[in-house]
Amino acid sequence: MRPLEDDVLDGNAIGGMLIDLFGAEMTTAVGACGRCGTTGQVAEMAVYQPKLGTVVRCRVCDNVLMVFVEVRGVTCVDLRGLTSLAEVTG
Amino acid sequence: MAGTAVRGRLTWQTATVGAVMDETPSVRTISLSVPDWPGHQAGQHLDVRLTADDGYRAERSYSIASAPGEPVAITVERLDEGEVSPYLTQDLQPGDEMEIRGPIGGYFVWDPTGSDGAAPLLLAAGGSGVVPLRAMLRHRSRIGSSVPVRLLYSARSLADVIYRSELDHEADGVQVIYTLTRQQPPGWTGYARRVDQQMMAEVAWPVASPAPLAYVCGPTNFVEAAAADLVALGYPPQRVKTERFGATGTP
Repeated sequence: MRPLEDDVLDGNAIGGMLIDLFGAEMTTAVGACGRCGTTGQVAEMAVYQPKLGTVVRCRVCDNVLMVFVEVRGVTCVDLRGLTSLAEVTG
Repeated sequence: MAGTAVRGRLTWQTATVGAVMDETPSVRTISLSVPDWPGHQAGQHLDVRLTADDGYRAERSYSIASAPGEPVAITVERLDEGEVSPYLTQDLQPGDEMEIRGPIGGYFVWDPTGSDGAAPLLLAAGGSGVVPLRAMLRHRSRIGSSVPVRLLYSARSLADVIYRSELDHEADGVQVIYTLTRQQPPGWTGYARRVDQQMMAEVAWPVASPAPLAYVCGPTNFVEAAAADLVALGYPPQRVKTERFGATGTP
């Protein structure tokens, strides 16, 4: 895993937004990167929050996994870089 | 959306400020009265939403500083360039209201009733990263747990240590090790540098059984360094939980 730059956050920071969007606690959900195959919990993914939304990247290959943009009160969710995203149960 | 009753959804609620307490010249703890608070776990956070008169909204996340069962409290560090923290640490008064939603987070949580409930804890805090770890310590005390704990707390100086009197009078089985990175009091014999591999090797529980659990919280560069140090000592990555606060309040 490459070290994150100073101002980069992790999936914990978007926990509230994810519950809002998915209806469930998602920081422990496991995602698989479509480019390099790395799997990991959302809490440990690299989260970037430029002015216009949230970008979640793979820690290993930098691939954009998820993009969230709010447009006129509606959040657009793009899970382009994931091949899977699964809640952990039990 | 007005109060959705959809299961699994978090709704914004109005919280009333109960009391405020200055922990350091730039850090304040705010205790809240939240009518429909469902309870929380040690390590979770809540989101705060402030709306200005012109409708402008700002949202921030703050770790919950209190243990499960105690009144909800957050500890906020004032950032000079901040939009929200100056208001929360200087203007907000008891009786004022704010919108919050929570509790949030299932990853950075200490659950003593789980299968890892007896694991020794290695807590590593950088600056305000101590907040969720303090909730864990308070929870440990309240339930009478005897799990051994070491807290490695990196702060700029003693004056910047949050919860200092509480940490200096910690319960049996809890060791607090400070590293003061910018300024040390006269006669200081403790650590005086940023956390590094050598320091972590001296402080962290050995990896041998019983397998310890680590929680690392604070500015991103602190978390990256401390977590890497623990993994280099043999801590399995899945036993090192991390929560990064970005570039704020760097020790």
